[in-house]
Amino acid sequence: MSALQELVAMRIRTFIREPEALFWTFGFPILLAIGLGLAFREETEPTPVPVAIEIGTAAEHYLDALSAAPEVEPILLDRAAAEQALRTGEIPLVLAGTGSVLFRYDPARPESRQARLLTDFAIQRAAGGTRPVEIAEDPERLPGGRYIDWLIPGLIGLNLMSTGMWGIGFGIVHMRQKKQLKRLIATPMRRTDFLLAQILARLAFLLFEVPPIILFAWLVFKVEISGSLLALLVVIMVGAFTFAGLGLLASSRARTVEGASGINNLVMLPMFVLSGVFFSASRFPDAMQPIINVLPLTALNDALRAVYNEGLPIGALSGELAILAVWTVLSFGLALKFYRWQ
Amino acid sequence: MTEHRPAGDGVAIRCRGLHKRFGNTIAVDSVDLDVARGECFGLLGSNGAGKTTTIEILEGLQEPDAGEVEILGLRWDRDESELRPRLGIQLQETELPERLTVEETLRLFRSVYPTGPRVDQLVDYVELGEKRSDQVRVLSGGQRQRLSLACALVGDPDILFLDEPTTGLDPQSRRHIWDLCRDFRTRGGTILMSTHFMDEAERLADRLAIMDHGSVLVAGTTRELIASLGGDHVVEFNSTLELGSDELGHLPAVTRVDNAGAHQRLATREPHRTIPALYRLIDRRQGELTALNTHHATLDDVFLSLTGRQLRDD
Repeated sequence: MSALQELVAMRIRTFIREPEALFWTFGFPILLAIGLGLAFREETEPTPVPVAIEIGTAAEHYLDALSAAPEVEPILLDRAAAEQALRTGEIPLVLAGTGSVLFRYDPARPESRQARLLTDFAIQRAAGGTRPVEIAEDPERLPGGRYIDWLIPGLIGLNLMSTGMWGIGFGIVHMRQKKQLKRLIATPMRRTDFLLAQILARLAFLLFEVPPIILFAWLVFKVEISGSLLALLVVIMVGAFTFAGLGLLASSRARTVEGASGINNLVMLPMFVLSGVFFSASRFPDAMQPIINVLPLTALNDALRAVYNEGLPIGALSGELAILAVWTVLSFGLALKFYRWQ
Repeated sequence: MTEHRPAGDGVAIRCRGLHKRFGNTIAVDSVDLDVARGECFGLLGSNGAGKTTTIEILEGLQEPDAGEVEILGLRWDRDESELRPRLGIQLQETELPERLTVEETLRLFRSVYPTGPRVDQLVDYVELGEKRSDQVRVLSGGQRQRLSLACALVGDPDILFLDEPTTGLDPQSRRHIWDLCRDFRTRGGTILMSTHFMDEAERLADRLAIMDHGSVLVAGTTRELIASLGGDHVVEFNSTLELGSDELGHLPAVTRVDNAGAHQRLATREPHRTIPALYRLIDRRQGELTALNTHHATLDDVFLSLTGRQLRDD
């Protein structure tokens, strides 16, 4: 094999034989997807809100009416127990009162305010109350236009950034710290081969990092790729190259893993916030937009969403791809120039 | 592995006036060295004497603040790409990826050299055949060191640089490394090694330079260095008296006196004449001899007489 192939093989071997690194790279996206799955699981029926009815009060009259209502779940408690449940937050609302019904709750708690409205609505409805203004409802969110559809491409972008930068940074700084880099440059090895090998090895890992997220999103949330798979693959590869290059540059001087962590965080944190992973970057002031738009993660997320959500072809992404290409060339070039080999 | 041509124009390594400073510490101070082709040259000195910095400057891994280096008639600033493939280097610390196997490691190193032996030959040569599929992290210290030596030999080098090749190894592993070094020599290779083991220097090196505080104190063959003491024997003794160097220097056959506190050392050509005279001197002064020891002079005695310290103290 050529030196470049051997160097790529070394990178892949040393990485996959390190169980901890393996977990963080391949286990993390799956955990992330599971976590999101729990947060965004589809609720067919909203769960009823528990409310306490104090025994021996006027509220007891409405026990049957509330039991029949789908929004709330009444529980009979004596005064002391009801107070206790309200204080500890087990129950957001207590119904009591002599003569007329009294709501006891903490207006600072959103779930208490919600319980108050739902209970009031259920009681009025049972009593035959009419609504002065009639409002129709459409609670169905169709696949393609939901938050989760928008979020998944952003998560893929985030994952490409973090695995690229950590994967490259840690491996290299470890080799530098252990003087393995020094040993290699005491050979006729071409330095560009070494750096290129780090980036090429990233491509092999992509295969295991990105498909789990895409598959999970498709199977569990029905998030579908509206554009072509080929276009998505191209965008992902270009993004992976960009962040591998940035990872090389960020780790080009650090002597210790701690130092590299600091630099990586410094580079990634602004993009984590600004580049529209969890919410749209358009929320930031107009004056910041020119800067935000040229950040590599913004360009990558925009391109991913264009393919994923809008189904645009590669040709329509030339702006984003150009931004990523410039970052890649620039960071690889600078990394080669400033690299600390010993 | 191929036979090396016999030494051509003679000089393998030559440096003049090497200086290297780290902050306020002078690591290397006016070092001149000449190593002939086919020679094994040893840098002997304690930790911090400047051996590693000197070697790494010669290896082109560090830049000297001043001075000139010529390796095989080539220079690092001009001829790095021509020079690099002709050198085999072993750094002081083990520096191989822990999770590659022996074979994978050698394949990696072999891939960056234009010529050299086959990997399986090399594995057998350093007797790691049974370990070829084991990861580096499970190898013993001796096996790691042999692998590291194999990585240095992988490009069939003209010169081998070894920085403390047997530090931390058991006696059997050390002999194994020595055998491999001798074999490299018999095929015409040149070795520059550093060590703080006197026995290693004596066994392997044709010539030695003793280094201390960044400087070369003396250079020559072991025999020449020992001869510089003026006598082949050393008499060491402790007594209840404070004997002056003048007094001891006038004892018969004594060529040199070293005071190391209460412990005194005399280099002598004829201990059978020196010792009775020493007895008489102590008796006359009504002192008492508390310890007496005599041995053939070694490099350690040379080191002690040059630096006032024993090599093995650190």
